This record gives sequence, structure tokens and C-alpha cells, in this order.
Amino acid sequence: MLSRTAASLYWLGRYIERAEFTARLIEATMRLDLLSARPAGEGAWESALAVSTAEEGFWFTGEPVTPEAVTRFLALSLDNGNSIRSCLDAARNNAKSVRTALTREAWEAINRAWLGVRDCKAAGGTAAALAMVDKLKAEARGFEGALHRMLRNEASFFVRLGSAIERADNTARLIDVKYHLLLPEGEKVGGAIDRDQWTTILHTVSAVTAYRWLYREGLRPGRVVDLLVLRPEMPRSIAASAEEVVQMLTAIGRRLGRQGEADRMARVRQQMLGRSTVNGIIAGGLHEYLRGFIAENARLDQAISQQFRFA
Amino acid sequence: MHGKAFDEVWGEGGADVPREGFEALARWISDTPAHELDRRQQAAEAAFRQLGITFAVYGEDEAAERIIPFDIVPRIFSASEWSGLKAGLEQRVEAINAFLADVYGPRKILADGIIPAELVLTNAQFRPQVAGVRPPHDVYAHICGIDMVRTGPTDFFVLEDNARTPSGVSYMLENREAMIRLCPEIFEMFAVEPVDDYTDLLLQTLRSVAPHGRGQEPVCVLLTPGHYNSAFYEHSFLADAMGIELVEAADLEVDDDIVWMRTIDGRVRVDVIYRRLDDDYIDPLVFRRDSMLGVPGLMAAYLAGNVTLTNAPGTGIADDKAIYSYMPEIVRYYTGSDAKLPNVETFRCREAAPLQYTLDNLDKLVVKLVDGSGGYGMLVGPTASKGEVERFRAALIAEPHRYIAQPTLALSTVPTLVDQGVAPRHVDFRPFCLSGANGVKIVPGGLTRVALREGSLVVNSSQGGGTKDSLILADRPRRRANTTPSMRSGAD
Repeated sequence: MLSRTAASLYWLGRYIERAEFTARLIEATMRLDLLSARPAGEGAWESALAVSTAEEGFWFTGEPVTPEAVTRFLALSLDNGNSIRSCLDAARNNAKSVRTALTREAWEAINRAWLGVRDCKAAGGTAAALAMVDKLKAEARGFEGALHRMLRNEASFFVRLGSAIERADNTARLIDVKYHLLLPEGEKVGGAIDRDQWTTILHTVSAVTAYRWLYREGLRPGRVVDLLVLRPEMPRSIAASAEEVVQMLTAIGRRLGRQGEADRMARVRQQMLGRSTVNGIIAGGLHEYLRGFIAENARLDQAISQQFRFA
Repeated sequence: MHGKAFDEVWGEGGADVPREGFEALARWISDTPAHELDRRQQAAEAAFRQLGITFAVYGEDEAAERIIPFDIVPRIFSASEWSGLKAGLEQRVEAINAFLADVYGPRKILADGIIPAELVLTNAQFRPQVAGVRPPHDVYAHICGIDMVRTGPTDFFVLEDNARTPSGVSYMLENREAMIRLCPEIFEMFAVEPVDDYTDLLLQTLRSVAPHGRGQEPVCVLLTPGHYNSAFYEHSFLADAMGIELVEAADLEVDDDIVWMRTIDGRVRVDVIYRRLDDDYIDPLVFRRDSMLGVPGLMAAYLAGNVTLTNAPGTGIADDKAIYSYMPEIVRYYTGSDAKLPNVETFRCREAAPLQYTLDNLDKLVVKLVDGSGGYGMLVGPTASKGEVERFRAALIAEPHRYIAQPTLALSTVPTLVDQGVAPRHVDFRPFCLSGANGVKIVPGGLTRVALREGSLVVNSSQGGGTKDSLILADRPRRRANTTPSMRSGAD
């Protein structure tokens, strides 16, 4: 397989995942603020911008931090390289250049998602924005489904590798949101608002029910961190993503008959996660842990680019 | 003028009896309700859109992706019509390759004064960089698309030779797929020669011209300018059908005059490049320096004989419209016999008398840029506005050598589905000729382009043209005798 083809497939996976994550982030922020009995206010939207590394870009628009402005910036702005629209543009361009490596189903899912946002000028009110988010999540699921029905060859492995790398990054950023999201003055850790915020994070990764199944008890921040960082049975957890990265790299390596630096790094990371405990992570500082993980994930991305000669 | 055009089904002068052999098709056209034809046509176009058989129109922003209209009424050639065309095409393509080998080699034809030397040697399409280089088996133009027009029952003319990077073959193949699916009864009525082995023949052709000593399975790739190119669908379609890599310049690197492609498994040596990129862009070190689409060092590898380029650099000299006017002489010079396929009468505006004739008859002639293509830079005198005619007059006077003129031909028509039902529309025909180590191969078929606007003679897709399937009938009856056409109206 051409290196460029592999790179396009890998980035296709990353961009689709990022678009879906941004959609989930918008939904979560709406729940925290507009749909909450105890609206989190501007802080929620600022944290959404922070998670999406879009604070600076948004600041340049000169607009005030309002739900509409931030939603539009995160969803539709072409000035924001991480907006849903920008991600889908990039995903579709990548898909187009490797069109024959994809099945028709997979291409159509991407194309439909792209068509869905292409003509949107404004995100509309809350209901319209939520509808868009739902539609996008459905298309992303459709794409994932199509991917699983593709021939199990390098093409699907590279897309899934990209998705897994991106998902690890996104989940880490999402948990880190709690760090940025300050509790209002006088509000206690473990209080009502604190609980709302953790619940929203679970919602964002469709993990509310999973939490109940696994822990059979009330919401405890430590448990949420355990679920989203260390539990491999939770599909969007960091551990599960790290495991999928290893699996995909192994599958590719088997086809090529050799492995490289990226394989080694991915395996080391998976072992570290396996040995970690949630108490250890929190004792060392959750924010620092997550920042470290995000940086490590970026280094792994670099190693993958080098190993398969993406550039 | 279109009133008296020859119709390929109904013959001359609006007869109400179809030509011999076309009775069944005429019956099919009249028996199939227009709305049913329309439904099938829409189904075909929907399928094309889904497959992404789109093309880009340069200079149009949002139209970035359009499909070429497909016409459901097929065009049919009899076995004897085809065998005549085929012999003429083989002769012409052989002459084109002999001409190229000569002008980049001993230049006998120039020495013998058949063609003015300066017309070749100072032509922008002549590439002195490859003079003296002999590609494997002396084949230069491996893939030619010869544009043909027809004006009567036996009157076929070559309108244009495309010896650089002719496109359209994917439409020949996809149109056939659509016809078989949507109008199966046509194939029950007629024994039709298949076209689907084109891509196998193409791969054979590419492999046959690999540099000497590169083994039984030389590595062939298709080089595309990328997915923004208007013909990208075709590039990916062909690469896919041949099972070869579709590469962009960035995927290739030249090291010590050897071409490699970058893969996830390391670099792989490339032997044959089917490039769908003009000479100008293939190597910034030799041709246009600002080309971002080319591979630096590619020409050095080619000159060293380490890689075969199809078509070879420099083939543009053979399809230049000024050279075209000499094709009858070229064919006679190299094959020793008269051209089986005649040219359209052509006035070379670089010469004084033809220029004067052209200027005096602009309203009757078609004027073309010698290096133009795609229907751009072209004047169709009889349908042009006064302003257009005057603009061309000024251009002709300023740079006469850049133009040729031809009489406006009464192109044949074929029944075509339009808003008002089935009506005659003008067509042309582009068969695809493959030249490799084992001679010329032509699949029985080609691309029929149809001018969908009433009376229009411009068939280019960029100018509102559509396509049709072109059926070549086999010289044998259908195996199952007496098959009645099954007419499936409504449900499918």
C-alpha cells in the first residue's frame, strides 16, 4: 500500500472521530448549561473551547462567549480547523483521494455526513443544534459499521488506527475538562453541581448506563476516572483506545512481516495503563496525568507517521 | 444545415423507414414509452452519481462535481462498419507511432520535404529533450483516442487524433454496465461485441513496453495529478480495474535515475508509468519549473531507459492540429498506402491563401486553436454571434499560425432522449487504440459523445455534451434465435 494512501486513511479515521467528538462535546455543554436545572453558564462554554483547543481561535472572532456563538464556532466555522465542518471537509477530501480503498458504504456515510453540515449556515437554536449532533452521531456510527464490514486489510486497519489514536486524545481532553471547569464560589467538591458535571462527562461518552453496571453505586468522581481511563471494557476509555492501537498496529505488522518503534511505544503505553490505579493517578494529579498522556499520544502519532513514511 | 444531416437509424432526408439492419432498434425506440426511457436514464445517472463518476469543470466553483449526462438510446455500428473503421484506425495509429519514431530519430520525413521542418521543430509540442531516445519497441503513443465523425452511410472522417492523455474510456465501460443493467432486452435483440476486456488489454500493453530485463511482472502504476483533476474518477477506475497503484507525484522519488514509489513497506521500484499528466507537468527539472504535480528527475530516469512513460513525452507533436492536416501524407509515407480513414478538409491559417479563405468565410467554418482541446478556443461559424466572429477575426490576423479552419460538417445524428421525447442529436465517436509490443489492439467500442442541445455540433462534456453506449454488432447471429424483446415497463 502506498504511504500516502495509508496516511489518508489514518487521517480519515482521525477526522471522523474528531468530528463526532466535537458533536458530543457540544451536546454535553448544552446539557451542562442550557438544559441544566443549575446552568453552568459561560464557564461551560469556555471549557468546551478549551477542550477543543479553540480558545484562541474563538478569541480572534471577537465574539462574546454565548452558547450560539460557541456552538457555531465549534460546529460550522471554517476558521476553526477542528470544527465539525472542517473535520468533515478534511475527512471527505482524504476519502476522495483514496476512494477505491474504501467500500461504497463507507464513502457514502462520509459523504452524507458532509452533505449534512455543508449547507448549514447557522447552528440554529438548541433543538436544531441537538438534532444536528444526533444526525452526525448516527452517520459516525454508520461509518463505523461500514468499516467493520470492510475487507480486513490494511485499509480498514489504518482507518481504525487513526480513530483509536484520536479517541484516546479526545477522551483524555474530555476528562481534563473538569480541571478547567471551576466550581462556582461557595460550591463544594462533591456537591450538586460537581455531580452534574461528572454526569455530563459520562453522557458525552455514552457511559451513564455502563457506569451503573460496573459500579452499582452512586456517582463518585474517582469511579468516573477509573471508568474512562483504566477500564478496557469501556469502548471510549483511554485503556480501550490504547488497546485498539496495539491491535491495529499488530494487524498491520503481521501483513508487512515486521514491526517498528510505534509498535513498541504502543505496547509500553498499554502495559503502563494496565499497571496504573485510579488512586495513584489522582494522587499524582489528574490534570498532570492527562496532559502527560496527551503528549505521549502525540509522540506515538509521530512514530506512526515515521514508521509508515506518511510524510 | 442539421435538417439534412444523416441519421444513423433513419438514414438521409427524414425517411420513415429505418436503414437496413436498424429496424429492431427503431422498433425498440418507438415501443418503449418515453417515460420508461426517462426512468431508466435517471436510474443510470443516479448510479453514476453514487459511484462518483463525476468530472470537474474548470473555472466553475460549485459545479466542482457534475456527472456527464448519459443518454439511454444506444448507438449501433454494424460489424462491417466496424471492421472498416478498425482497419483504418490500426493503420493510422501505426503511422502515428512511425512518425514519432522518425521525428525523434532520423527525421526522414522532414528531409524528404513531406512536412515543413520548421512546422515540427519549432512546434511547442515538439520536445527536443527526447530527440534520439528510443522507447521500448519504438512505441510512443501507447494509448490513442481517435475522434471520428460521420456524415453519411459510409462517410467517416477523423476529426482529431488524441495521442497525449486521451480520456473517456471509463465512460465506455460504465455506460455498457448501465445499459446491460437497464436495457437488457437490447442485448437479447443484438449480438454485441464486449468491451470489458479493455483494462486487461491495457495492462498487457503497459507490461509489454516495460524496460528490457524487468521480468515477467514489471511494476506498473498510474500517475494522476490528484483528486482535483477533472478526470480523477477515470484514473482511479482504471488503476482499480488493473490492480495497479494510483500514484501522485509525491508518492514517487527518483534516486540514481531509478523511479521508486513510497509504500508502507518501504520503497518499490517502478517500471512503467501510465501518466495522466501532460508533458509540461511531469518533471519540473525539465519542463515547467513551477509544476507541483511532477516528479523531479523523472525525465532523467526515462532518458536512462530505466522507466517507460506511457504515453511517451513528446507525443503531442503527432496530435497537433497543424500536423493533423498532413496526416494523409504521413499515413502514405509510412504505410505505403492511402489513408483508409480520410481527414476533414483543413485550412492551415499559417499559409496565406488558406488564411484569406478562412477570413472570407468565417461564418461558415469551424476555427480551432492548433493546441486547444476540450472545445475551448474554438469558433463554430454558423452558430457564433457577430461579436465572437469578430473576436476570432482579430485573433486570426494577429497570430494566424495558431489556428486551423475546417468546413462545418453535417455530423450524423442518432435518436436521443430529450425533453420532448426522442429526437435526433449530433454525435461523434472516440475509439481507444492500444499500441504495445504486439501491435495495435482496439476493443470493439468507444465513447460516443452527443450534443444534447438541438442543432449543436459541440459534443464536449465541458460544453453540455452527453454520452451514449456504442454497440458494435458481432458478425454472427444471436445464439438464441427468435428472442422477443422483453418490455419491462414500470417495475424493474
